[in-house]
Amino acid sequence: MTAHVTQMKTAAETALAAEFVAAKAALPGTAAVGALRESAFAVIAEKGLPHRRVEHWHYTDLRSAMRDAKPLAGLPDAAALAAAKAAIVPHARPGLAKLVLLDGSFVPELSDLADLPQGVQVMPMAKALAEGNSEVIARLGALEVAQGDHALALNASFMSDGVVIVVAADAEVKAPLNLIHLRSNAATASFARSLVLVNAGAKFTLIEAYESTAGRAADVEAQLNDALEIVVGEGAEVEHVLLQQLPRATLALTTMTVDLAAQSAFNSFALVLGAGLSRRQLYVRYSGEHAKAGLRGASLLKDRQHADTTLIMDHAVPNGESRELFKHVLDGASTGVYQGKVIVRPHAQKTDGGMKSNALLLSDDATMNNKPELEIFADDVVCGHGATVGALDEDLLFYLMARGLPKAEAERLLIQAFVGEAIEFVSAEPLRDALNGHVDAWLSER
Amino acid sequence: MLEIKNLHVAIEDGSKKILNGLNLTVHNGEVAAIMGPNGSGKSTLSYVIAGKPDYEVLDGEILLDGRNILDLEPNERAAAGIFLAFQYPIEIPGVATMTFLKAALNAQLKEKGQDVLTTPEFMRRTFAAADKLEINRDMLKRALNVGFSGGEKKRMEILQMALLEPKICILDETDSGLDIDALRIVSEGVNALRSPDRGFLVITHYQRLLNHIVPDVVHVMNAGRIVKSGGKELALELEANGYRDYQTAA
Repeated sequence: MTAHVTQMKTAAETALAAEFVAAKAALPGTAAVGALRESAFAVIAEKGLPHRRVEHWHYTDLRSAMRDAKPLAGLPDAAALAAAKAAIVPHARPGLAKLVLLDGSFVPELSDLADLPQGVQVMPMAKALAEGNSEVIARLGALEVAQGDHALALNASFMSDGVVIVVAADAEVKAPLNLIHLRSNAATASFARSLVLVNAGAKFTLIEAYESTAGRAADVEAQLNDALEIVVGEGAEVEHVLLQQLPRATLALTTMTVDLAAQSAFNSFALVLGAGLSRRQLYVRYSGEHAKAGLRGASLLKDRQHADTTLIMDHAVPNGESRELFKHVLDGASTGVYQGKVIVRPHAQKTDGGMKSNALLLSDDATMNNKPELEIFADDVVCGHGATVGALDEDLLFYLMARGLPKAEAERLLIQAFVGEAIEFVSAEPLRDALNGHVDAWLSER
Repeated sequence: MLEIKNLHVAIEDGSKKILNGLNLTVHNGEVAAIMGPNGSGKSTLSYVIAGKPDYEVLDGEILLDGRNILDLEPNERAAAGIFLAFQYPIEIPGVATMTFLKAALNAQLKEKGQDVLTTPEFMRRTFAAADKLEINRDMLKRALNVGFSGGEKKRMEILQMALLEPKICILDETDSGLDIDALRIVSEGVNALRSPDRGFLVITHYQRLLNHIVPDVVHVMNAGRIVKSGGKELALELEANGYRDYQTAA
C-alpha cells in the first residue's frame, strides 16, 4: 500500500503559480518557447520548490528559505538605467568589451556592441526567443544531465532575456568578453537566460560579474535565478571566470551547463563573496572524447551567509578528464555546501577524474557540508576525491609568528595561500591579481 | 643576555610536567650547548622560550636583557630578538619563500618602530645571505620549505636567522637529518653570525655538531633541569660515557 501525500503549497509556491499564469502570455517567445515554459513549470507545479528531503537540495532548503516569490522584474526604467550606468564603471574590467544585463534584461545602450572582439556575435535572448531562432531554442535545457533540475525549470518558466554569444569557428578571441549582471535595488525576481556557442577550434574567455547597482550594502530583498548554457565545439578552448558580490539581502541561484565536444577544453573559476543565500549549479557533459574540464572556485563567507556549490560531471564518453578544486573560507555563523558528483557511464573507459574540496573554518559557529560522490560504471578509470574541513593549522601559525608576523598577518598569509591554490588556475595574470585583490579586501574587513 | 630562572612548565592540559625548576644563562657572545637524552625537555625548552602556545608556564621567568618575555606573543619575542631554528621546519604551501621572508623582516622592523625595507634593498640583502648558504634563487621562488630536502630546510632556517639578526639564536637539533656537506654549510653559516652581542643556545643529541660549532659552555639536561655544566670537554665525555651517570643522579 502506498500513501499519496499532497504537500501544502507554500506562499512562495502559490505566488509562483499565479505569477506564471499571469505573466506567461507577455513573456517573450514563439509557441515552441511557450511549450517549453509550460513543461518547465509543470516540474515546479508537481514537485514544488526543492526542500531538504530532495537529496541534492538537502543542505540548501529553498522551500523554507524562499518565504515569498518576488514579483517579476519588468523592463528597467529610466532611474534604474541611470543607476546602472553609474554603477558599471567600477564593475567593468578595464579595456574589455562589456555586455550588461540589468535585472535580467539586456541593455544594449550600456553594452559595447560596436566594439566586440573579432569573431564574436551577440544578440539579445529575448529577440532570439521572440523570433523563434531554432538553433537557440533547440539548445535550451538540452543537456540531459540537467533535466528535471528545479532551479533550471524555474528559470525556463520565467526567462525574460539574456544574451546569445556566438564565437565563430577557429576564431582566436584574445580579449575576454565581460558579461555584467546588475541587479537594481528593487524587491523583484529576475530570470536571465544566456547561451554561449563556441564553434569548433575557437578560443574564448568569458568574465562574469554579479553586482548590485546600489553596491553591497543594498538592503532590499531581491531574488535572481539565472542560467548560462555553454556549448564548446570540437577542439575549442573556453575559459570562464565569475565574481559574485551581490548584497546580503539577495537570494541568488545560478546554473551553468557545459556541453563538451571532442578534444575541447573548458576551465572555470568562481569567486563567491556576496548574497545571503546563494547556490551555484554546474552541469558538465562530455559529449566527445578527449575533452578536458576544470571547475574551480572559492567562497569566502561571514556572518550568516550560506553558499552552495553543487556540480555534476557527466562522463558519457571515454577518455575524458575532469578536475574540480573548491575552497571555502567560513567565518562567523556562515555555512558552506559543496556537492560534487562525478558520473562515469558504462562505456566511458579511461576517464581521469580528480576532485578536491577544502574548507577552512575561522569560527566555531561556521558549518561546512562536504559531499563528494563518485558514480563509476566503467572499470578502466582513474578517479579520486578528497574533502577536508579544518581550522587554520596551529603549527603553521606558530612558525610564522615565531618569525615576527603578528597573528592577524600570519592568518591572512595562510588564508591567501589557501584560496590562492585555486586562483592560480586562472590563466591571465591581471585577472588573478584582481581576484587576489578581492580576497585581500575581504580579509581586511574581517 | 638570556636568563632563565626556576622555570616550571607543563603541557597545556596540565597532565605532564616537563621542565622542573630550570636555571640557565646564555651570555652575549657565548655559544652554549645543551645536551641530554630523549625526553629530557630540550625541545620543550626551545618552544617555551619562543612562545609556543601548547605549554603552561607554572613558575619562573625568562629574561631577555633583563626584560621578562613570558607575557609576549611569539611575534613580539621575535622582534625582541629571539630566534628559534626549528628541528622540523614547517612546509607552508602557497606561500612563496620571498614573500614570507619579506613579510617577516618587515613585521619585525615595524614592531621595532623602524622603516620597512624597500624591495631592492630586501632583494639585495636576501640574495647576499642566500649566496653564502649556497641557496639558489630558484629555491627562493618556491613555496616555503615545500619539497625542500632536509638540508635545504635547515639552510633556509639559517638564512632567516641571518636576515632577522636576532640577539639570541636557539638551534633545536639543527644537525638532525643533515649529511656531512650540509652540516658544514649550516655550521659555517652559524659561525659567521657569531658576534660579541649575540648568544647561541645549541640543542643537540650528539657531539658531532659541536666539532663544527664549538661551544663555550656545555650544559647537561635531564628530567627538565640542568644537571651539570662544564666546558666543551664535557661534550666529549658524554659522547664516551652516555647520559647514564646523569640519569641516575636525577
